[in-house]
Amino acid sequence: MSTSAGEHVAGAQPREQWTGQVGFILAAIGSAVGLGNIWRFPGVAYENGGGAFLIPYLVALVTAGIPILFLDYAIGHRFRGSAPTAFRRLGGGRMKWLESLGWFQVMICFVIALYYTVVIAWAASYFVFSFDLRWGDDTAGFLVGDYLQVSDPGLSFTFVPAVLIPLVLIWVAVIVVLAFGVARGVQRINVIFLPLLVVAFAALVIRSLFLDGAADGLNALFTPDFAALADPNVWIAAYSQIFFSLSIAFGIMITYASYRRRRSNLTTPGLVVAFANSSFEILAGIGVFATLGFFAFQQGVDVAELEGLTGVGLSFITFPAIVSQMPGGPIFGILFFGSLAMAGFTSLLSVLQVVSAGFQEKFGLSPRQAAIRVGLVAMVLSVLLFSTTTGLIALDTVDNWANNIGIVASAVLAGVFAFWVLRKGSELRSHLNAVSTFRVGGIWTVLAGVLAPIVLGYMLVSRIVTLIVDGYEGYPSWYLALMGWGTVLVFVLAAFVLTAIRWRRSPDGFRPWPALPEGGSRADAGASTEGGRS
Amino acid sequence: MTATAVFFLVLAVALVWGGLIASVVGLSRRPGRLDFPPGGEDDHREDVAPVERDT
Repeated sequence: MSTSAGEHVAGAQPREQWTGQVGFILAAIGSAVGLGNIWRFPGVAYENGGGAFLIPYLVALVTAGIPILFLDYAIGHRFRGSAPTAFRRLGGGRMKWLESLGWFQVMICFVIALYYTVVIAWAASYFVFSFDLRWGDDTAGFLVGDYLQVSDPGLSFTFVPAVLIPLVLIWVAVIVVLAFGVARGVQRINVIFLPLLVVAFAALVIRSLFLDGAADGLNALFTPDFAALADPNVWIAAYSQIFFSLSIAFGIMITYASYRRRRSNLTTPGLVVAFANSSFEILAGIGVFATLGFFAFQQGVDVAELEGLTGVGLSFITFPAIVSQMPGGPIFGILFFGSLAMAGFTSLLSVLQVVSAGFQEKFGLSPRQAAIRVGLVAMVLSVLLFSTTTGLIALDTVDNWANNIGIVASAVLAGVFAFWVLRKGSELRSHLNAVSTFRVGGIWTVLAGVLAPIVLGYMLVSRIVTLIVDGYEGYPSWYLALMGWGTVLVFVLAAFVLTAIRWRRSPDGFRPWPALPEGGSRADAGASTEGGRS
Repeated sequence: MTATAVFFLVLAVALVWGGLIASVVGLSRRPGRLDFPPGGEDDHREDVAPVERDT
């Protein structure tokens, strides 16, 4: 352990680290590549201009996705801590309460993990069902009736064993991995799963290209509708896709960057992660729409007439129906649901690492203690809320509010506080440029500090208005108040409560490295002499 | 496939996968800086280490 001057500090403790740059990159890609890459991007691209969607998509990647990714890296790496620790140190002496924004992000991750695990459990179940095509001819009826046993919106404690058992198994697996720590657990699984995922999905895509009607599906996806570019909603869809796909603005990349050595390249690996994530989305688009083209061909209809092209409907209703009609269908199903489960699992690890790290640092826990305590609590809540007959509706509602309200609000607040209130833009840019091979200019400050908060702020406000005026999916108002707005209220209250709790060991008295150049703003504002500094 | 769809498929692949290849090549050529500011050495131990509180 060393101070900014490099001398060792007695009594200070080392931080877990990735074994190196490749380990970090694989873990970050594993986090970014998740369910949304496979089941969301193809449908979003198709519905928002097809080939023309490429333009707003790339603009969003360059003007918001990569800049916010760099912002997360800068905060996490410079202030070397989980989201609460990093934001507390970012705030410095007069704004230590900014820790609450970190806890807000931790709570988002905690809640997302509760239902994300369920979808992975479904994927694991369908992986098994693929062997004998258990869903039969009525895939929608099988999912909603036989498998999930969906009832009306409400709070049910009628458990569905077919969901509960794989759900518990997934939780046990993720707790074990987290308990092994960053390098031996999270990184190791990513190093194994990510190449497996790429090989399995590439095999699936290659197979899909040789299906009857595949060309029609690709025509549907890539034929441009330039008129769509005049629609602001298409641009919002592009920014949303990039934003939700990259695992940014809710603590993951802050946490992951904090486990890098101080002398680490940040920006170029960030470009690798961002383009790898988008590359997988393009690959998924090709595979999914080639397969949908086959389905339309089999049905004797046009691709435009198909339904269930995104999300749960695509993955668990449309795809099983396609697998049933396909030569060698079981193998295709195994590849698809195996890919879904692996992509989801590596993303789930990153989401829970945010929670684990936050509690480790606040309460002085080891990775193993945090994984077991946090994991067991999360597992119980996950089972109670999402393995029952109301699980699907609860998942749909909580997911909508956690993402569209929680994560977007978190991104706006992080940008506003970092750039506008604390005026740390130049410090964070200096940090990136001091350690990285790809230098960022003043334009990064404009994009991450001005454009992104404005675009995301617009998205946030418009979504809030829509949810208040129109509700969501026709669910009862009391249910949306409880499961939707209630979820956001839990984020806020928990953030304040956790911030108010005393630290086991103070994270203050921290001096960031490298020191700012002469004339820079005081990066160590509020630093004290506690916490082991000499 | 229509010529337009092929063009946009190739364009998407070229831009996005090209960006990935370019960034990977760039990183392999310059994995890291050689001129870090003084300090910043890590005292890292393998395996499960307690959380770092200070630098």
